[in-house]
Amino acid sequence: MFNRDRWQEIFQTIRKNRLRTFLSGFTVALGIFIFIVLFGFGNGLKNSFEQFFLDDATNTLWVYPGLTSKPYRGYKANRRIEFENNDLKAVKDNFNFFLEGITPRISRNITVSYKGESDNYQTRGVAPSHQYVEKTIMMKGRFLHQNDIEYQKKVVVIGRLVAEDLFKDENPIGKFLELGSSAFKVIGVFQDQSGDREERLIYMPYTTRQLLEKNSDKIDNFIVSFRPEIGYASAMAFERQLRLFLKERKSIDPRDNNGIRIRNVADQLKQNQKFARVLQIIVTFVGLGTLIAGIIGISNIMVFVVKERTKELGVRKALGATPKSVIAMVLQESIFITTLSGIFGMLSGIALLTNIQDQLERFFIIDPYIDTLTATLATLLLILFGGIAGYIPAKRAASIKPIVALRDE
Amino acid sequence: MISIKNLNKSYKMGDSSLHVLKGIDLQVEEGELIAIMGSSGSGKSTLLNILGMLDLADEGEYRLDNVLIKDLTETTAANYRNQFLGFVFQSFNLINYKNALENVALPLYYQGLGRKIRQQKALEYLEKVGLKEWATHLPSELSGGQKQRVAIARAMASQPKVLLADEPTGALDSKTSNEVMALIQKINQEGKTILVVTHELDIAHMCKRIVTLKDGVIVEDKKVDQITVDTNVQ
Repeated sequence: MFNRDRWQEIFQTIRKNRLRTFLSGFTVALGIFIFIVLFGFGNGLKNSFEQFFLDDATNTLWVYPGLTSKPYRGYKANRRIEFENNDLKAVKDNFNFFLEGITPRISRNITVSYKGESDNYQTRGVAPSHQYVEKTIMMKGRFLHQNDIEYQKKVVVIGRLVAEDLFKDENPIGKFLELGSSAFKVIGVFQDQSGDREERLIYMPYTTRQLLEKNSDKIDNFIVSFRPEIGYASAMAFERQLRLFLKERKSIDPRDNNGIRIRNVADQLKQNQKFARVLQIIVTFVGLGTLIAGIIGISNIMVFVVKERTKELGVRKALGATPKSVIAMVLQESIFITTLSGIFGMLSGIALLTNIQDQLERFFIIDPYIDTLTATLATLLLILFGGIAGYIPAKRAASIKPIVALRDE
Repeated sequence: MISIKNLNKSYKMGDSSLHVLKGIDLQVEEGELIAIMGSSGSGKSTLLNILGMLDLADEGEYRLDNVLIKDLTETTAANYRNQFLGFVFQSFNLINYKNALENVALPLYYQGLGRKIRQQKALEYLEKVGLKEWATHLPSELSGGQKQRVAIARAMASQPKVLLADEPTGALDSKTSNEVMALIQKINQEGKTILVVTHELDIAHMCKRIVTLKDGVIVEDKKVDQITVDTNVQ
């Protein structure tokens, strides 16, 4: 293996037979390159799926009011359902076992100004557990406390971009913002992973929002988070029970699907994970197909190469080359080429994936990557099969009598 | 040098078999230059191939320099070829991507010699065949006669006991044929044992002894007065 003379022989053969070397090298490099890129894209797709759910907690039920579609208990159809504070309390009291947190949400667009800078922002009246639901990350200060809710304090938690827009380089904590006609004290700045839109929000206690609206007790909708450890089946049961409970409470026909809508994030996640898994299987399948095509390609080329060299190998044998040295020469050359070009294909595939990052985001491919183990295994597999593909015809060529190999056509 | 007794060889052709050599006996002394003559199908090439261990006999005894050649594995056959025999083929069989020097050095590589010695020896033999200046040329840049001279240098480089030439002038015109034969005669004069297979009478008469084969048996074996080739006259 480390015989300098044999390496010299091999390098000479490689140098003098550029087309042949290029063809076999190219096949291997292309095979591994396509495999790595495809596999990486598959992972990129999976990343996209995960990112849709990354910024929100998944153990949540989002409850929205709607219009009834059936008359019930003397009420007409097409009645608008509204939630109030005591609905929240009732849910809290009845489902204490499942519950982790509950928060209402009251969304209003409002003009916000600070020292002459002003812009329109969406404000959300929420409870403290909203921080968990949206996975809001605090950069400065704090999120809302139960105290702020109880005393209907005029405090706000603003998004990173709101702070940038209005305060520039100033520290916003403790400063007062004008929301409509009232002044609110900034108690915190947050960031959110799901992007710019989320970071232009302003959170305030929902009770404060209700106070501004003539002390109403209406809420837009609410979000319930359940204890994650109850499991998927219990979560589904919880959703069913909550639906029935609210329908009963709001006098909605149990068969009416329109009065209340519940979005179960856990269920959605499960569906999407299933989809992502199928996608992964397809991608793996296509990747394996590419690898097999590469293996067949290199096998074909090796058969051709050995066939082309039959005469040369015959001459070498007549001059005293043993069968072993003939096999070793052919094999060493093919392994050398496949290893080099395999590594080249692998590295260029990885380089391409690394360069893509989020450039293909509109095709739902985010941060495509391949783990080193899979990449190395695939490359080794191709090299191994390249070797086997070289060995079989080489062995046959080495066992042909020189007289047959040398026979003039 | 060479002693064969009752050599038989047949080739299977489907169900029937073709008996090519039917009991050949031949003694070759050291320093002889023998032409093996015969029309095509007479078995002359088969005989040469068996002598060259490129093919195996079915029956009979073959001794080369008092070594019994029998039951060879591929590996020992390769080693014997490398040590004892030099080949010259009708179609030269040079390796086309190696230059003249590298072609001549190849058997030395299989003898396990170091690179420097290989180069030096190969150049020495190229000089002997008058092609020292062509050492770095590829076979495709050489004429037919030059190619055959490179092939002869390659055959000689491993210092074999016997040189086997299979129609060495078959692909050459008469002028270059004479040049090649002159070279073969020169090598023979230096003491090398040489067997030349040919079907041309004038080439055969440039040897010292003519063995004629017909249908697998030796029909004539005679010493002749060698016609020395002087290429300068041509």
